[in-house]
Parts: sequence; structure tokens; C-alpha cells
Amino acid sequence: MTVNEKVAIDHGLKKDEYKKICDLLKRTPNITELAIFSAMWNEHCSYKSSRKHLKNLHTKGKKVIQGPGENAGVIDIGDDDAIVFKIESHNHPSFIEPYQGAATGVGGIMRDVFTMGARPIANLNSIHFGSPQHKKTKNLLRGVVKGIGGYGNCIGVPTIAGQTNFDESYNGNILVNAMTLGLVNKKKIFYSKAAGINKPVIYVGSKTGRDGIHGASMASAVFDDKIEEKKPTVQVGDPFTEKLLLEACLELMADDSIISIQDMGAAGLTSSSVEMASKGKLGIELNLNKVPCREEKMSPYEIMLSESQERMLIVLESGKEEKAKKIFDKWDLDFAIIGKTTNSKKIELYFDEKKVCDIPIDFLAENAPVYDRKWKKIKLPQSIKFKKQEFKSLKIENCLKKLLSHQNICDKQWIWDQYDHTVMGDTIQKPGGDSGVVRIHGTSKAVAASVDSSALYCFAHPLSGGKQIVCESWRNLISVGAEPIAITNCLNFGNPEKEKNMGEFVECVQGISEASKYLDFPVVSGNVSFYNETKDKGIKPTPSIGGVGIIKNYKNMISMDLKKSGNIVLVIGKTIGHLEQSIFAREILSEKKGPPPEVNLFNEKNNGLTVLKMINEKLVESCHDISLGGILVAISKMCIKSKKGFKLNQLKGLVNKFEYFFGEDQARYLIEISKENLPKVDKILKQNSVHYDELGSVIDKNIELSDEIKLSIDDLEKIYKNWLRKYMLN
Amino acid sequence: MKSSVIIFPGSNCDRDMDVALKKFGFKNTMVWHNDDKLPKSDLIVLPGGFSYGDYLRCGSIAGKSKIIKSVIDFAQGGGLVLGICNGFQILTETGLLPGVLLQNKNIEFICRNVFIKISDKNNKYFNKINKEILELHIAHNEGNYFCSNDELKEIENNNQIAAYYCDEKGNCDNDSNPNGALKNIAGVLNKEKNVLGMMPHPERMIDKYLSGEDGSIFFKNLLNNLKI
Repeated sequence: MTVNEKVAIDHGLKKDEYKKICDLLKRTPNITELAIFSAMWNEHCSYKSSRKHLKNLHTKGKKVIQGPGENAGVIDIGDDDAIVFKIESHNHPSFIEPYQGAATGVGGIMRDVFTMGARPIANLNSIHFGSPQHKKTKNLLRGVVKGIGGYGNCIGVPTIAGQTNFDESYNGNILVNAMTLGLVNKKKIFYSKAAGINKPVIYVGSKTGRDGIHGASMASAVFDDKIEEKKPTVQVGDPFTEKLLLEACLELMADDSIISIQDMGAAGLTSSSVEMASKGKLGIELNLNKVPCREEKMSPYEIMLSESQERMLIVLESGKEEKAKKIFDKWDLDFAIIGKTTNSKKIELYFDEKKVCDIPIDFLAENAPVYDRKWKKIKLPQSIKFKKQEFKSLKIENCLKKLLSHQNICDKQWIWDQYDHTVMGDTIQKPGGDSGVVRIHGTSKAVAASVDSSALYCFAHPLSGGKQIVCESWRNLISVGAEPIAITNCLNFGNPEKEKNMGEFVECVQGISEASKYLDFPVVSGNVSFYNETKDKGIKPTPSIGGVGIIKNYKNMISMDLKKSGNIVLVIGKTIGHLEQSIFAREILSEKKGPPPEVNLFNEKNNGLTVLKMINEKLVESCHDISLGGILVAISKMCIKSKKGFKLNQLKGLVNKFEYFFGEDQARYLIEISKENLPKVDKILKQNSVHYDELGSVIDKNIELSDEIKLSIDDLEKIYKNWLRKYMLN
Repeated sequence: MKSSVIIFPGSNCDRDMDVALKKFGFKNTMVWHNDDKLPKSDLIVLPGGFSYGDYLRCGSIAGKSKIIKSVIDFAQGGGLVLGICNGFQILTETGLLPGVLLQNKNIEFICRNVFIKISDKNNKYFNKINKEILELHIAHNEGNYFCSNDELKEIENNNQIAAYYCDEKGNCDNDSNPNGALKNIAGVLNKEKNVLGMMPHPERMIDKYLSGEDGSIFFKNLLNNLKI
């Protein structure tokens, strides 16, 4: 096939990008070379629109061993233990083929983690779907959940937490973000940087097939009417092979045979070989006839672009080939020496004894285009004054019931019942709490993890929204008694070529950066997914934040279920009653305008650290962060989880009850304490200048407020738990 | 007491089982599926997971694996063989246990706590167990026990049904049946009562910080019975 501008454009390259390629090479590329450029220069692999702004993220900290730029981030959790973690999107394939798209998303992120020498110990996910009424939503949800479960369950890694949201902006573009945490000895971390010349380059894992070709370019373009035709670009996963690959890699990693290792993810063999060589400032030479292929007569073009799953590329220490081969034979996996490292600083490919590619590595990596795209600043929306009569006809009881059964608040057990969350025998906090928690096997330590997003806040004001999610992640970790350590972010946005979308991206990133810097909660890994857009309709800006924290002694972990009748519950943090952008404003008052709640980073940090201090001093019986739905939703969930009741105190002064109960002010927690501990707690809170209110006390049944509210917990439980199950059954 | 846990490619509860057995005092050895001999053991365990990817049918390839011949010989000689989850599926595939495990009735993977009622105590596994109703954990896609009417009659007559799914109070009904299993059957024994297969995972319930600790009761009791 002759290469020209049209062929280049068909490969997703822009006109001027094609010109740049010809200029760099001083000739026209052949089709294989063009394919390699298109794979390396697309948005998904090159971060060409985002790179400039990602540099502003806060990525350093005392406990950071590895920040962004590797397969995953690494943090120090004391002794010789380190946690490797990352979140990644698999949005485009999941919309086209939900089961395989979601499954391979989980497979891919687990490979990123064990590539670094870590055994995966927990999975999480953040999934976003269109309106429940949209005709595709139910099937997409069912497929995605089955896919996530199908992969993670088979590997035997527990799925310990997650988040599911519905919003019409995802009607044409669902989001599937998968996160994995792995445990590694910090002296045995493996990196992707190749080193040394003439070292054997090894291919291991599954055979290469024709699946997933152009997967990465698909993830770098908007959808149109013809998306069904893109099905062949979706990869097909085989968790069984991945389990074997995991065990074989970890077995080989037990000694020092491996110089560098990289999984073949997006853009398969192309990006893995280029990245290893680029990081090591080396060249790489491959003989494509040696690549194990699943199908006959695969061309160099197909071999280089295939995104077949469960494959790894390894640079071995010379002389270790036999030993390594033995391990992969034991696990029945393909093992092939396909090339070597060179000092040419080029990628050179041979096929049928002909050279089919000769490109300097720099052209693909460092010379990849970087765009400083135009973006529009988004102003803080004007405040809305809600008038008294708007609340007049409302009853608190009815509002609460409506919110508890809302798709974005209701119980998601239908989902996590399908995920194995207890395999590995160390899950001490299951899905459904503020964070999932797993023990570090054989130690007194545990790690907590949660994943959050707040697209409505980000849409209303990206800068505040970006800050808010980082804070929410921080609160979710503190609520189980964990010290927050670091985050990973998955930045899901629309088309970056539009100024508004680019503005949303830039300002969300800025918000994330500010909050993570202030809270000393650095970003250690992540991924960007642009072009979540179908026929000109983009998604709401949806950065997902995966937070990780450490609990030194897992016996001190706490949960959100109320413990004992007679105990009192305090609202930590000041309640102003911010209703704009709350779920109450949207669902009850039908008001979508106004600014999201203000994020005060000083209060976040101060309130959070004070709560953590009280938890560590064993003064807190249970804890829950106050987020979507406000105080009343939060206390109801605590009641439902424990099947206990709650008596609310009469509110003081002239506060609007709806604002107090349903406002979504930030930096707040509910904590349950015993009456005897109130003086101690009061002292600590006052010493640290933390505002608190006494909300009421735990009783045996019902939620009560004098003669205004009397709701049975059984009824609330049904309302809270039935929505999703019913929806999926109908 | 010596135990052995078989590792098939795709097993994923092998370590959990190893941890549990050691915690309660077994000297445990891990055995690779491609070995042909078993170490001297008082108990062989086939752990949960997805042996050989569960391709063709759950447990079917494992049922033909190299080590399985020795396991069958060991069982036929009266040795104790315990299969949990995928292990149970493998045991039905080998013919050591009657029946099959179909896909869950709701065609979904189910991971949650369940209650089981011990039905037969006349065996090394449950003899003298001091709790009738245990809270254990299930995590499976194919746990829906099924057998023919004749087989059912036979296993009922021989008291081969080891445990039934039930509720907290011991009622066995549709509501307490998580996966559609015939008669709420959660575990079965062979005629000689030395081979037990069950879907629930006792190894995931061995301390109070986990989903529960009724698994401890199972292991302690088993060890005590073996010592007699």
C-alpha cells in the first residue's frame, strides 16, 4: 500500500502531523512506519493535548517512591513494603462491547501493576452510565459489571470498592475506570527503562492475533453513527492466561534476570518496545517473524498494532534465557526471543529478512506533537437565593425517601455482589463503606482505597470540582481510620479541540493540583481519556480520583455502621446549608444552576486530621463522610447499615431545615461517640478550632425528629436497597 | 496432621487455604497439578478458583489432570479429600461425588455470606461440631447443585447431603437458597463419607476481622476429628 496524506488521515493523523513525519524522516514512511507513528502520536499514547497541563500536578511527597511516568505509581507504606497503584480508563471499548471492554480494562490495569513486580491485592472501579431511562443503559451496566467481575474474579483479586453514577451526559459515552493496588517489596520494584546493549528482548504471554488493531486510535477519536463497525477494534480478554502470566512473571522476578519489563497495552508491541528503548536511550531491533502469532499470514503492520491481551515484553540479562524459558514453559505460556537492544537509538524491524521499519526512537517519543490547545476559563456561576415558599409544600420525610432511592445514592449491592470481594482472605472492609480496606498479608497494617468523582460540581465550576473530589477522596480514607497517602487520577473529558472542554480539563487539573498540594496528597499515576463525545455531545467533565491510605494497625479500622444505642453523633465541620448543585436542588427543587459548594482547604485538612486523631485515640465508634445528599442521607445510611435508629435533636435558631439536612457543604463528617467521651472529644475539637454540632443520639429503631419525622429503618432500607435490583430485573 | 493443597493453573484460593490450614495446626504442603505423586497426607484439599480457566465446563479439565489420578486413588483408599467451590466442581467431574454444579439460577456471579445447616455429622468433617448453623461465604458463578431424581433418592437415603443453605434460624426455603441448588444443597459427601465437596469457603472466615469466623469452627473440628 502506498502511503499518502489520505492514508495518514485515515490513520487518525492530522495533515500537519503527516507533514512533520515526512520532514523528520526526510522521506515518505512505509505503511508499517505510518502505523507506528499513528499509534505513538495519538492522544491516548502521546498525551499531546494534556501533557502541558499535567506538568502542573503535584506529584512529590515524602512517601512517593515513583510518581507518574511509569506503568504505575509507587508509595512507601513502611517496613520494606510499598504499594503500586494506578487507575485507567477503558471507556470507548466498553461502550462498543461492554463485557470485553470492561474485562480487558481490568486486565490491563492489573498488568500495569504486576509489571512492576507487585502482586495485585485489590481492585476498584468507577463506572458512569447514561440516564436509567436510556435504552442502552441497562444492558451496558449489566455487561460492564459482568466483565469487571468475570476478569477480576477469575484472577482471584478482590474488588473492594467502587462508584457507580448515572447521568444523561453519558448516554453515548459510558465511563469505565479500573484501578488496581499491588504489594511489592520496595527493594524489588521493576521499571520499564531498558539498559545495556545486545540484551535479549523477550516476548511472553498470549499469542498475537488480529484483535484490537487501532484500539488506541479509536480511544483518541469521537464516536459517530458507525461505532458498531468498530467492534473488531475491541480487545478480547482471557483472565486465565493473565493469571498464568501473573504467576510466571512474579516467579521470574524473584531473582535478578529482568532488566526491564513492560506490558503490551494500548498500541501493543509498538508502544512497549518504543517506551522501553526511549526510557533507556537505546535502540531496539525486532524480528517480527519470531513473534508468536495466533493467526496465519499476519503482516508487520498487524503485528505491530495488535492489542491482543495478556502479553509482556521483557529485556533480560544475557544468559538468563534458558532459566526464564523454563518458568514460562511451566505455566504453558509462549516465550520467544524476538530481538535485542542496540545502540542505534532507532526502532528497526525485520520481516521475511527485509527491513520493514527504521525510525529514530526520538521521532516517536520526544518529537511527538505537543499541543497548547486554546481553552476557555469557566466563571463561578452566580448564587441562587431559594425562596421560603419553595420549601413550603415539602416534607422532609418525602424528600429523604426520594433521595435514598435516587440512582446516584441508592445501594449498589446488586453490583458488588457480582464481584469477588473476599478472595485472598484479607478484606476487612467490603464495598458499601466509605473505603474498601485490605490487610497487608501477615502484618498488622492495612491499606484503604476509595474512588470518587463529582461530575456535577466539575461541570458547574471545574476549578472547585477538581478540588472537591480530591477532598472527598481524602475524607473517605479518613472515615475508615486511614492516613491518606496519595492519589491516582483518571481524567475523563470530551473533545479537547473544543475550547470549553479544554477549559474544563485545564481547570479541573488545576483544582486537583491545588488540593493535593495543600493536603500533601500527591498524584502518583493516572491516565487521560479525551474524546468522550458522540455526535457533538460530550460528557460532563469527570475526573475520577482513586485515593490510597494506610492504617498502621488494622484493629483500629472503623466503619460507618452505628454501634450502640445511647451513643451520640456529632456533625464535624460547619454546616451552612449550601444547596446549589446538590442532589436536593436538582431532584426536589428542579434547580440545576448555581455554584458548587465552596472548598476550603484549610478546613478540609484541619477537620480531617482532627477526626483522624480522635479515631487513633479510639474515641470514635463509627464515622461517615457527608457528601451527596447531605446530613440526613448520611445518617440514614449509617442507620440502615447497622439496623439502628436515630433521634435527631431540635435544630437551634432560625436555620432552614432543608438547607441544614440536605446541604452539601464540604469538610464534614458524622462521628459516633459514647456519651462518656464527649468531654474529651469536645476538648480536642475546641483545641483544634473545629466546629461541631450535636446531631442527636442512636436509638433502637426509627429515625425521629419530634413530631416532624418518624421513619422506620426497615422501610428506609427497602427504599435504599430496592431501586437498583428492581431496575435491573424489569 | 498433614494436609496437601493441589494447585491447578487458575486456582486462586490455594494460598487462602494454606493460610487457614496452617493457622489451625495442619502441616500443609502445596502440590503442583503436573506432579503425579501425592506427599503423605491425612487430608487432600482441592481449592477454589478457575482451574484451567474453567474452560469446557467448570472443573472438567482439572478432573483429567495428571495429579487427579493419585487423588482418586487416595480417596478410594479411604483418604479424606475436601473440595471447596471449584474443588467441589472438580470432584463431581471425577465422579468421586454425585451430581453436577450448574450456573447460578440468577445467571450472575454471587459473592456474599450465607448460612448453612449441617445435615450429616456421621463423618470426619462435621462429627461433634458444636454449632448447627454456620455462617460462611460463597463466591461462585456455578454453584447450583443438581442431580437426577434417582441420585437424589440415593444420596438422601445414604445421608450423603452434608449441608443445606438456610437462613439465620435454620429454615431452608427459596429465600435462603442463593443459587437455585436442588433442595438447597450446599455440600455433599460420597457414600463412604471420606470425600466432601461444598460451595461455601470456610477459609475466608477465620478471624473476627473478616466476614466472620465460623470457618474456624470447621477447621478446628476437622483437626480434632483427625486426631482421634
